[in-house]
Amino acid sequence: MTAIDDLTEGPDSEHLLEVGAESPAMPEVVFDVEELSVYYGDFQAVQDASLQVHEHEITAFIGPSGCGKTTLLRCFNRMNDLIETARVTGSLRYHGVDLYDSKVDAVEVRRRIGMVFQKPNPFPKSIRANVEYGPKVAGLAKKGPAMDDIVENSLRKAALWDEVKDRLDDNALGLSGGQQQRLCIARAIATDPDVLLMDEPCSALDPIATTRIEELMHGLKDDYSIVIVTHNMQQAARVSDRTAFFSVNVNPESDTRTGILVEYDSTQQMFSNPSDERTENYVTGRFG
Amino acid sequence: MTFSTIGTVARRGANGFERKRTDVAGGLFKAVILSALVVSLLVLAVLLIDTVADAWSQLSTRTWDFLNGSLRSRSIDDKLGVKQGLYGSFWIGVFVALTAFPIGVGAAIYLEEYANKSRLAAVIELVIRNLAGVPSVVYGLLGLFLFVERSTIFGFVGLGWLADATGGRSVLSAGLTLAVLVLPIVIITAQEAVRSVPSGLKEGAYGLGATKSEMVRTQILPYAAPGILTGTLLAMSRAIGEAAPLILVGAITGGLTRNPELWDTSGLREKFTALPIIIVEWVSERGRDPGFSEAAAAAIVVLLVLVLLLNMTAILLRNRFEKKRG
Amino acid sequence: METPDSVPGSLSLAALAGSPRRVRKERLISRVMFCAALVSVVVSALIIYALFSEAWIFMRDVDWSSTWGELGWFPRRGIYDMPTLLVASLWTTLIAMIVAAPLGMGAAIYLSEYARPTDRAILKPILEILAGIPSVVLGFFALLWLAPNVVAHIGGEGGRGSMLTAGIGVGILTVPLVASISEDAMAAVPKSLREASAGLGARNAVTTVRVVLPAAVSGLVASLIVAVSRALGETMVVFMAGGAADAAIRTYSPYDGSLTMPSAMASLASGTDQVVGEGLTFQSLFFVGLVLFLLTLGLNLVGDRFVNRVREQY
Ligand SMILES: Nc1ncnc2c1ncn2[C@@H]1O[C@H](COP(=O)(O)OP(=O)(O)O)[C@@H](O)[C@H]1O
Ligand SMILES: [Mg+2]
Repeated sequence: MTAIDDLTEGPDSEHLLEVGAESPAMPEVVFDVEELSVYYGDFQAVQDASLQVHEHEITAFIGPSGCGKTTLLRCFNRMNDLIETARVTGSLRYHGVDLYDSKVDAVEVRRRIGMVFQKPNPFPKSIRANVEYGPKVAGLAKKGPAMDDIVENSLRKAALWDEVKDRLDDNALGLSGGQQQRLCIARAIATDPDVLLMDEPCSALDPIATTRIEELMHGLKDDYSIVIVTHNMQQAARVSDRTAFFSVNVNPESDTRTGILVEYDSTQQMFSNPSDERTENYVTGRFG
Repeated sequence: MTFSTIGTVARRGANGFERKRTDVAGGLFKAVILSALVVSLLVLAVLLIDTVADAWSQLSTRTWDFLNGSLRSRSIDDKLGVKQGLYGSFWIGVFVALTAFPIGVGAAIYLEEYANKSRLAAVIELVIRNLAGVPSVVYGLLGLFLFVERSTIFGFVGLGWLADATGGRSVLSAGLTLAVLVLPIVIITAQEAVRSVPSGLKEGAYGLGATKSEMVRTQILPYAAPGILTGTLLAMSRAIGEAAPLILVGAITGGLTRNPELWDTSGLREKFTALPIIIVEWVSERGRDPGFSEAAAAAIVVLLVLVLLLNMTAILLRNRFEKKRG
Repeated sequence: METPDSVPGSLSLAALAGSPRRVRKERLISRVMFCAALVSVVVSALIIYALFSEAWIFMRDVDWSSTWGELGWFPRRGIYDMPTLLVASLWTTLIAMIVAAPLGMGAAIYLSEYARPTDRAILKPILEILAGIPSVVLGFFALLWLAPNVVAHIGGEGGRGSMLTAGIGVGILTVPLVASISEDAMAAVPKSLREASAGLGARNAVTTVRVVLPAAVSGLVASLIVAVSRALGETMVVFMAGGAADAAIRTYSPYDGSLTMPSAMASLASGTDQVVGEGLTFQSLFFVGLVLFLLTLGLNLVGDRFVNRVREQY
């Protein structure tokens, strides 16, 4: 079912929330994060993060390991719902809609906001079945020419089509690591999402495969808004438009480490002229 | 040189002197340990060989007749055989597969994927673990209470309809009783299988917008299928070998007139017997007619073939998939 | 409500609410799964209810002097001497443990500390086959092979069953159980502990006795407790090889035949078309069942404690 159908079904009108374009010069805001904190049980993993993710841009999250990048990213498509202890406070708006509103269905969210994981995780099925998975569960297409088109387009966008077009029915686990990750990107694209979330998509790959995925991301930017977590600063500098730098605050009393957003700005600014000393130390390699 | 006790060796061995003595005691220790294993295996071997030897007089000459024959009062009867027991055991297996399998898998999926570590789930888990340790004869009492007697709960919730539906002392009652008995086995093995599904697959499915039930159907069930199947086969083999609960729900040991074909469902709500019960019966008859020892041994061979086939299929299946998935 | 609906790129909450049909379907499926999980709880409740409701009638109406101090277990004549059953249960369980503890633990130590992977790959399935052998088969084996070939040489009679014969049979039955729980416990001992000991120059046997076994002791104890519980509840081996039919005179000698709690239940229920006899015979079945249930439940809970202790430790 699509958004249009839902609207015509006559939803309760008091929940129709909209955002306008803020200023003509600024691109549309996709995610508006305000004072977002994430807890795992009593442990606070992210504290009061505020930032905006813009349409058709690549936003990079960088920072040392354990500073809550993954945790924050997984709020964007409600993946944290799957962790029983996880709890979110503050506000996270997606095109103006509060993602954590009790009426929002996490499944619907994930159909619009695709995710690519750190470790390539293709299903142990054929390449074709992997790509068809999302459209099938979303009811976008059944088997047939329409589905074949989706498969081909998605694989083309993920720059994998030429390599696999003759063996679509082979098991996806037979692909190389880089190919598997591109298949996961194709799989995420196939549901025609609005946003792609990528959690260190290249950390398990060799440099050549990494380069291919970085090139791919530049092309994907035209169609999708992308948020990428990376702990590779060069990668952030190469691919992203904006960069958020996270760090950890160590609480000496309780000996807990809480992730905080230190600075968020255009990538150029972050790497050439950061305003926070901690960012400077990190991007110049003096820390982390 | 004397054999020192292991304790002394341990004290000395730890700082490395008197190596030779350590060797002797260590070797002795190993020999003792190994002999435990050897004795266990020898017992198994003797059991199998002795039983087959006893069974030989029946099985070597009249296998087919034995498989098709029925309960008789004399061991030299031409029509003596285990068909009625096969009928009961076959349908017990069927009822276990039809009831314990779906309920057990559903319960396992609930506990692993739906329950969210709630208090209630913890209680259910505890209950299941304790059910697994309840003696089989107690399950027989439950079967007697539920399916055979026309019981009530506190006098007002009548369970008589259950006894009416099952026909009382019937294969149906026995099958349901044994399904209840093996349910914890099915649940626990299915839980392990479900738990072994890599989280990457689950997250991948959720990340593409699958609902929980879609994730379960497309990722968990296919991946966990071999493990679940293994558990179900083990449960069936356990059920087919059980005798005590059947005695409690009233399996017939003496004259059973009907000898239906395996697929004849008209016998399901009738008086019944099963392979293990026939074995018990013939063992007790051997005082009167010693030939029944051999008949019992032959029935054991039939039962063992069934049970071990199920078991070995399960073990092979599991080992094969463990190897494949590293 | 701030701006009108026409702004491009805007989204409504309703669009993210998900199809109500799908949400309903998911809820239904989750309920069905929950009901499946609840079956076990219902079964437990029914077991407890069935046992207590019938045992209660027995306890209310029975002449208690007939349950203690009578000459034996003659349920069809209204004589329910519990010590008869308890003594027999104790003897068979004790004998079973004398057989199963060394064999099971020895096998476990060999498999976990000595066997090469290739040996394990063969030995473990064989033990699993032993674990899968039905108890009627062991009852037959105990009566027709162990009695004449083993029991007859250690002071017993070869021609009939006895508590000793049954106990050995039950012991063989529980060997795989002891072996598998003990092996799990030893497998849980961290490799680093073994390596530390080996690094000090200790040999395999020394490491096993001084390091692995002490570290795994909770699990080893658990294996024995669970095996005792299993032996107490074992029915068919004792029923067939215990040397008593529907009644038993109280005896303290393991060379005699007698009835344990479960075998007394089986013999009461077998043979005739219905559980008949004087007034409370049927209820006595549930009374004995209740005692057995509570005993095994207690043992299993204690055993679980020990198993969990192993898990928490490492
Ligand atoms: N499921 C979880 N339960 C409890 N703590 C978690 C969980 N996932 C992550 N954490 C903790 O939250 C903090 C942030 O983790 P994460 O978001 O994975 O960091 P990053 O991706 O920046 O390396 C870490 O201290 C980590 O240990
Ligand atoms: Mg991370």
